[in-house]
Parts: sequence; C-alpha cells; structure tokens
Amino acid sequence: MRHNQVLLGHGSGGKLSHDLITNIFIKYFNNPILKQQTDSALLNIENQHIAYTTDSYVVDPIFFPGGNIGKIAVAGTVNDLAVSGAKPLYLSTGFIIEEGFPLKYLEIIVKSMADEAEKAGVLIVTGDTKVVDKGKCDKVFINTSGIGVLNEKLLDISSGVNIGIGDKIIINGRIADHGMAILSARNELNIRSTIESDCACLNHLISAVVDSGINVKFMRDATRGGLATVLSELASGKNYGLSIDEAGLIVSEPVKGMCEILGFDPMYVANEGKVVMIVDEKDARSTIKLMNDNPLGREASIIGEIVGEHPGKGWITTGIGGKRIIDMLAGEQLPRIC
Amino acid sequence: MKYIDEYRDRELVLKLIEQIKKASSKPITLMEVCGGHTMSIQKFGIPSLLPKNIKLVSGPGCPVCVSSRKYIDQSVAYAKLPDVIIATYGDLIRIPGSSSTLDEEKAKGADVRIVYSVLDALKIAQDYPEKRIVFLGIGFETTAPSSAVGVLNAHKQGITNFFLFSSHKIMPPAMTALIDEGVKIDGYIAPGHVSTITGSGIYKDIADIYKLGCVISGFEPVDLLRSILMLIKQLEKGEPKVEIEYSRVVKPEGNIKAQQILDEVFELKDDWWRGLGILPKSGMKIRELYKEYDAELMIPVEVEPTREDKGCLCGEILKGLKNPKNCKLFKKVCTPSDPVGACMVSHEGACNAYYRFNKE
Repeated sequence: MRHNQVLLGHGSGGKLSHDLITNIFIKYFNNPILKQQTDSALLNIENQHIAYTTDSYVVDPIFFPGGNIGKIAVAGTVNDLAVSGAKPLYLSTGFIIEEGFPLKYLEIIVKSMADEAEKAGVLIVTGDTKVVDKGKCDKVFINTSGIGVLNEKLLDISSGVNIGIGDKIIINGRIADHGMAILSARNELNIRSTIESDCACLNHLISAVVDSGINVKFMRDATRGGLATVLSELASGKNYGLSIDEAGLIVSEPVKGMCEILGFDPMYVANEGKVVMIVDEKDARSTIKLMNDNPLGREASIIGEIVGEHPGKGWITTGIGGKRIIDMLAGEQLPRIC
Repeated sequence: MKYIDEYRDRELVLKLIEQIKKASSKPITLMEVCGGHTMSIQKFGIPSLLPKNIKLVSGPGCPVCVSSRKYIDQSVAYAKLPDVIIATYGDLIRIPGSSSTLDEEKAKGADVRIVYSVLDALKIAQDYPEKRIVFLGIGFETTAPSSAVGVLNAHKQGITNFFLFSSHKIMPPAMTALIDEGVKIDGYIAPGHVSTITGSGIYKDIADIYKLGCVISGFEPVDLLRSILMLIKQLEKGEPKVEIEYSRVVKPEGNIKAQQILDEVFELKDDWWRGLGILPKSGMKIRELYKEYDAELMIPVEVEPTREDKGCLCGEILKGLKNPKNCKLFKKVCTPSDPVGACMVSHEGACNAYYRFNKE
C-alpha cells in the first residue's frame, strides 16, 4: 500500500524514513554532497575541510532519567560531527516553544545545554526563538546545527570506503538504555525502572582513538533505529558482509527485562551515547584499551567483524549459537499482543 | 536475567541438539501454532541448529493474522466517527484494511491510542466521559480474559462509554480444522500462554482422535528444543499424547479463575479465520447479559465492502501448507514497511519473522 501522508514511522529512522529521504528530499535538493547521506555534510571551504550537520529534537518527555531535551540537543549534534571524524567547534540552536511553557523549565534545559557544550568544548554561538500558540507544539522543540573542522586524513571515515574483510566492529558499551529510559519515563506504561539514558557527548572518547593514530575506517552513532539499523545500513549494497556475535553485546538487566515485557529487540532500541567503530583487526585491542580509559567507554567491546560471506547482509550469531539476519526497522517498534 | 538466562544456555542448547539428532533420523514436520513461538524460533535462529530431517512450520497462531480484513475495516470505520476513541494493542495499527489502516486514520486526525492493557482503555473512558471508547479485543484465550475483565470492571464501576469490539478466538478448532484440511504434520508444539489459561485438557481430542502429539512449550530456546525432543520421543514410541514442557507456568487444570471470567462474559460463536474459513464455535461473542458493552451491537457503523488482496498467500501460509518464500509477493511487493498481508505486519506473523530473520 502506498502511503499518501506522513506517518509516525516516517520519523523512526528505519526503512520508511529512508524512503521519505530518497523519494522527496533527495529528489528535490539533489546535490552530490547531500547524496553522500553521511551523518555530517563534508565541505571544503578554501582548502579547509568542514563537517556540517543539523538535527531537531522533539523528545517526549522533555525530562527523563539521565538527561533532558537540551542535553540531547547538544550531545546529538556534537556526536554527528564527531563520528564524521571532525572536531566539533560551534553550534547554533533554534527553539520552538509552546505558549505557557514554564520559564523555570526552559532555564533548566538551557543550563544543561550550556553544561554539555562546555564538557564537549563547543560554543553555542547563534540562536533563534519562536513561540507558538498553546497546542501548536508539544512544550518545546529544539534544533541544533553544528560545524567542526576535519583533518584531511579522516575524510573517508563517513563513507567507510576503506573497510576491508577481517576488520573488527566495536561499540563503546551497553545498548538500548536511552530508548528504554524514555519509555519508562512515559507515564502511560506505569513501569518504574532504574534505567538511565546514555545521552553523552562522545567527541573526547572518539578523539582519544583517532588522535592516537589508529586508522579508524568507519564511525556512526547508533541513535534512532538502534544498533541494528546502523549495521544493516552499513552492509547494504556492499561487497562484504557483517558478522555479529550476540554474546559480545552488553544489555543491562533492567533493559533486558523491559524489552522482554514489551517484545522489543534491544538491537533496535535508540541510544544517545553509543558509537559503532570499525578498525583494522590489528588495531582492535588498542582501540578497546583507549576507549576503556574514558568513562564513556568502560564497557567497550568487539561485537563482530567484516566478512567475505553473505555480501550486503548483516548476520548475527545468537546467544545459543543459531544464526539470523539483521534488517532495518520498518515503522515504529510496537509492543506485541501476547 | 533469572527465569530467562537458564533457558538460553548455549551448552544446554547444544546438548539438546545432540539428543534430537540421536533420537530420530526420520523426516519429521512439527507445527508451532503460537506466534510467540514462531518469533522465538526465528529470533534465536533455531532452524539453523536443527538437523535437516526436522522441519518446523508455522500455524495460525498470530491473532491479527487470522482475523478478517473486515475487522480492520470496521475498526477504521469506528475510528472515523467523531466521538470515538480507539484503544488498541500496538500490533493492529498498521494492519492493512481494504483501503486504510488505523495508522493512516490517526495521521488524518482520528483518535487512535496504543494501550498496553484493557485497564488503560477503561481509564480513558473515565477521563473522556463525552467520548465512546472502542477497545479492539483481539487474541486467543490468552488475552480474552483481560478483555472480559474490562467488561466486568466497566459494569461494576458503572462506566457506560466503554465498548469491546471482540475478535477473540479459541485455539483448538483451528488446530483440528488444519488436520481436517489435509495439512500433514507429525505433532504440535502447543501454545504456552493459551494453555496457561485453558490447561492442557483442550488438546485431548487432538491426541486421542487425531493421533497427534501436543507438547505445551515455553518460549525460550531450551523450552522449544525440549518440546521438540519430547515430540520426537512420542513419535518414536508411537504414543501421541498431551505433555507439558512449560510446567513452570502451565498447570493441567489451567487458570480456573480466568476460565470462569471468560465464561461469564463470552459465549462461543462460529467465526471466520484467514485461510480456514468459518469454523464452528471458534470465536468469542459477548453474552446477552453484557450486550451494552458490545461495540458491534451498540455502535452501528457503515463499513466499506471488504476487498481482499489477490495473490497474497497468507491463508496458505497460516495453514502451514506454504512457506512465506513460496509467495510471489514476499520481499518484492510485500515488506514490513509496505505490507500486503497481516502476516507481514505483526511481529508474530510468519512472513514478518521470515523477512526479518531468515537467511534464505
């Protein structure tokens, strides 16, 4: 069935989002830089390589365990720059605020944006505010854009063209915390949990690895659509395959429990502080070690490798030794009936 | 996680696989009737571990898959009524009706809310006394008791704007109808959650009259492999019977209280199943006593003529006669993001599970 209107699934980061981007946005904005579809656009201005990105934040609830909409708005954009290999420098921000929104909440949000920017070492240098009638938006929506500078040697990280068979796939820690923290913070579920969002700026963790001279071949932050979406996007159309070992994935007990109750697969649940990194096999150990030295990488682990078999597909060896395919999420992950 | 990890133990799984290999070399086809089992089998990659002579086929155990398209069409028609709020489990909102889905009606402005329990729907009814709340009651003996509780609570609390649109069905008629239709299987991996409510007695005829073993299974890999092994042993001995593997949850007598509640609210009616047609006494209808909560009686609505898709093999797949791969639409026209049939939408549907997890 063809959709003739926008559905929530079009914003889920999965297959429907993909279709929307290809069939509408790329169709009209059509240019070689956009077509790369990397986390950040890579620009060359007067012989300086620049990474440029933008993201809008509409998270509900705006305050959740481990962060708030402001913290995410800074971390998300910083991370999009950092995974491109860039050093994030400046952010802009735009606020769309619903009439009647308490000023004290706005102040908490803005303060955490400032704190997060300071931690990341970026400046928020320009902004915009719009207020809309009550009911015309849900409390507050935030957009941030960011730019960073990029060393010429790191230009290929975004596209991953240097990925080769035998390379190792690494993630900096446990998955699915953010999505589950948000779900449990929504009152409608009535689940009380200790799960906190992993929302954090990853640029220092990433630069520790990149600056050490390790040849990082690919990076992507596993946000909407989760780890599975990053992996299946990466494999899609390539002449190599991905082999993932479920035993290497860390999922906390409360997150596992909640996923079991709701019928979710943690691999498809959003993260806000996780980077998937691909390095040469010989660099894998030292990458893990460098990550382990940073609080955001204490649980870093190798989760799989690039293989010659099943080109274009990601395969996971399940905890019991069975095998299954990793595919992109279609629409929102829905709780099951029984 | 306790009660989970020990049933996902790799060593134990390997041991069971070895035992299964030793127990039989004959070709054996077993059917899992529960969508939850289908999901687990694919999610853990169990077929890739089993010896070639053991074949698992999926049966009609995904509630949204076996329900009629007319049910979706009527739900869509309710959603279009200005004073109606639809309260539904998540699975239903993307199931294609004849010309629309609940998801699309929601995007057009209909009030469609995903709930996790019928009690959420009752709360909505209390919060919006000026609206009529239609709860889409779908599922087998597993979810039907909670719908019944919804009706009983509404009655007790004097809530007059809560309506149940029941598509509840019972499992055994479909299991025997399949055999009557000539589906060739050697035993049933019987549903764990359904049996928790009903007990093991409902499968007695299948073992006694149809001479097919039924092992009530849990949902973890160790459960499923143990159940497969139990069925193989029954076959080797030539003694089909009803056994409970999932004994940590399922009792032979079932949940008596839930059975009483079901009986209080529902009576059986002839009902339509995708792939099987009308099966006598297989659906649950609200009793006369509680008719004021029956959406079908209390909210008359005009429903568009039902249009079934041509070429969709859902019916055959639900009977285990065809595999999703045999369907011309599978992966080409019919995908999870653009589904043609219900089996592709529900996470428990055979086509969805195959699409997402199967390597072939």
